[in-house]
Amino acid sequence: MPQASDPIANYLEHFSKFEKEISGESEIRKFRQDAVEEFKSFGFPTNKNEEWRFTNPSQISKIHFNHQLQKQISGEVKKQIDELAIKKFAQNRLVFVNGIFSNESSNTQFSPAIKISPVSETLHQSPESVIEIVKRPMIEGRNFFTSLNTAFMRNGAFISIPDNTTITDPIYLIFIASDDTTPFVMHPRNIISLGRNSEASIVEHYIGVSKNVYFTNVVSNIILNQGAKLEHTKIQTESVNAIHIGSTYFHQFESSKLHQNTIMIGGAIGRNNLISTLNSKNIECTFNGLSLSEGEQLLDNHTTIDHVMPNCESHELYKAILNGKSRGVFNGKIFVRKDAQKTDAKQTNRTLLLSDEATMDTKPQLEIFADDVKCTHGATIGYLDADAIFYLRSRGISENAARDMLTHAFANDIIGRISAEPVREYLNKIVHDKLNQRR
Amino acid sequence: MNSTNTFENLAESEYKWGFITDIESETAPKGLNEEIIRFISAKKKEPEWLLEFRLKAYRHWLTMVEPHWQNVHYPPIDYQDIIYYSAPKQKKINSLDEVDPELLRTYEKLGIPLEEQKQFAGVAVDAVFDSVSVATTFKDKLNDLGIIFGSFSDAVKEHPELVKKYLGSVVPANDNYYAALNSAVFTDGSFCYIPKGVRCPMELSTYFRINAAQTGQFERTLIVADENSYVSYLEGCTAPMRDENQLHAAVVELYAHDNSQIKYSTVQNWYPGDKDGKGGIYNFVTKRGKCAGINSKISWTQVETGSSITWKYPSCILQGDNSVGEFYSVAVTTNYQQADTGTKMIHIGKNTKSTIVSKGISGKFGQNSYRGQVLVQKGATNARNFSQCDSLLLGDKCGAHTFPYIEVKNRSSKVEHEASTSKIGEDQIFYCKQRGLSTEDAVNLIVNGFCKEVFRELPMEFAVEAQKLLGISLEGSVG
Repeated sequence: MPQASDPIANYLEHFSKFEKEISGESEIRKFRQDAVEEFKSFGFPTNKNEEWRFTNPSQISKIHFNHQLQKQISGEVKKQIDELAIKKFAQNRLVFVNGIFSNESSNTQFSPAIKISPVSETLHQSPESVIEIVKRPMIEGRNFFTSLNTAFMRNGAFISIPDNTTITDPIYLIFIASDDTTPFVMHPRNIISLGRNSEASIVEHYIGVSKNVYFTNVVSNIILNQGAKLEHTKIQTESVNAIHIGSTYFHQFESSKLHQNTIMIGGAIGRNNLISTLNSKNIECTFNGLSLSEGEQLLDNHTTIDHVMPNCESHELYKAILNGKSRGVFNGKIFVRKDAQKTDAKQTNRTLLLSDEATMDTKPQLEIFADDVKCTHGATIGYLDADAIFYLRSRGISENAARDMLTHAFANDIIGRISAEPVREYLNKIVHDKLNQRR
Repeated sequence: MNSTNTFENLAESEYKWGFITDIESETAPKGLNEEIIRFISAKKKEPEWLLEFRLKAYRHWLTMVEPHWQNVHYPPIDYQDIIYYSAPKQKKINSLDEVDPELLRTYEKLGIPLEEQKQFAGVAVDAVFDSVSVATTFKDKLNDLGIIFGSFSDAVKEHPELVKKYLGSVVPANDNYYAALNSAVFTDGSFCYIPKGVRCPMELSTYFRINAAQTGQFERTLIVADENSYVSYLEGCTAPMRDENQLHAAVVELYAHDNSQIKYSTVQNWYPGDKDGKGGIYNFVTKRGKCAGINSKISWTQVETGSSITWKYPSCILQGDNSVGEFYSVAVTTNYQQADTGTKMIHIGKNTKSTIVSKGISGKFGQNSYRGQVLVQKGATNARNFSQCDSLLLGDKCGAHTFPYIEVKNRSSKVEHEASTSKIGEDQIFYCKQRGLSTEDAVNLIVNGFCKEVFRELPMEFAVEAQKLLGISLEGSVG
């Protein structure tokens, strides 16, 4: 593997090349340059940084990633997409292969009022609509990798749903990595905005088939305007050597409802940052998460719910199943700012350790500055209940089958909360296969 | 809300222990260097190895950086502006009668009349005034049982082998910034050794007081419970009111052998600063216990009402199989007080158990953080932990924060953590008032109920004192 002496210098070198390629986009140029200054000032994070205490990103800094993305798509990749993606969503999907939009594999059947396009196109036609959303101030969750993404953003989905519009079919975004030539990095950026009282369901799916090391550094900015309802599901099934770092920033406005599901299964290192800012009153925010890890995987979930205004509710349930020598991390932050009276926030984190060599680090974090609030959090780490196994065995079920049933039930608690049936089916199959493959 | 307005109008609670005792004291010049350390060591006629221990700690301290990760804020401390040694000028004390009557009156004001306690209370007290241990009651009675209890300096002279063996065995001199500082300059403290098979018949107690201005108090407590022994130890603290901040960086080490049990209770009431946040003690303490032997148990109970900043994590290293660690805490922050406190439970041995109950109460502009770690090592089969941290908010300008770290490396272990934050409900107050209680009494009742799980772990006399203290600390802070 080529070694990079100074990761920042490396990214800067790539940036100067990248800037030449995108000479047309004058409005966004300044914006990118600011982002470069920002990631330079952050510096490459190390585990001395509290946010990266349990996931040491310095190993990522050592890899020299190719920024030149592979353009051609072989017939092989098309077959893989059909095989690995959720088939029932084939009618409404945007496909990005190795970070580049694939027109031929994508399909949308929505009315033209609903704008769904690759970000590269939007950046070209109306960069201001991208900047407007990306520019929104972030109080929490600013980090090196997001700035890095902003500097290099070109691919990803731009979705804008007008006011009072309901979309029943989920919008399916597929990011597939299939390039096996050199370690490469992609910086997809999804920019999504829901108008007032509109309703939608969006599924982001990250699929990996390359055996090589590659790095997905994805950022999504999602706005829920007044009264909007969104179910957002992120499925991460990258391949075994992949590094996936993703940050999703939600901005919620009055009476909006967010239902977010995060399923992390793949990658050597998978880090997911989820930040929702509740900017107005009567907002509901739900975060559900499930991670399944084995081998030497490291799956890390960092969530932040920022209660800024009164009368908002948030619910969070994160579960992890760890096998092999894998490591899991959960850090759930809840901020209740001084004006956020009558906040109702609940956070639960449950972990199942299936092997003696697996490790879990959990850190719930509540920071409360208002007095009239109801905030609770709970965390448990343990093994399957011996009594429950005994109960099943006493009814003639083998020990292995009993364990599988209980493990599956543990996972199903999250999967069952996803409203799109094809997603549930797909995930149940994955959990089932994972459990079988264990022996 | 009318009821809360009446609270605000209630008399501001005054710090009742804020008197200054006029006693001639012998102090070292301000500042910290090897000379000062040699001076302290020479004053105390210490053996060579202890001076070496200090100097090694000091040299290490010089290489360390002051930590800043904590959730408390204070102006930088000038370590050269502190007096590291201050002792009441006294001749050698043979009996209690020889102690300066002025000093004894101070303790009477504090509510621990040594004379009286000697006769009635059955509590053996080792009082530490500024940095030097003044008098120890009941020494003879304890001696009969083979229990060694007295000032650290005496222990160094009389039982150097024990001190040498255990000093730094739980909190190494280079453990952290303040432990290293303490190891370099500690002046006195308490030492306690319970021999094999002895159950200490009375509560042992130390009373700390910072009297002289511009001094830091760096005491060191070392408690060793040998096999099959039991001891319950109490610690109380006060300081006079002063405008400048004073640093208190103590180290407490507990060492529990096989089947022994140590119960350590603290009622900390250092001067918290005035209502504008001026003055007060910085209480940066390292407390750690090691359950080295099988079936050993260490239990920490703390009631923290004082100090402008409280920053400490009484911890347990559960090394022996079947050992048990407990942590019960009530931390109150009102006015501009800040607290970042909690515990660490390190599970190393098999079947180790730990319980954490933490209650944080914030009023006015107080900021209260619970920070804790539960670490289950790979070999800690069947480890069990239960943690609960609840916060009660009494105003809309205060804050409650929790930072629990849970790290599990063993699948047969079971770790549970729960936390909640709430305020006193208007309906609860209404219910009490309906039954003829004043708003203030109602709040006291509810807060005491909130803390009950912790108070019942305190020895009886202390529990009563803690309840009173809580009431006084919270006077006028609801609103």
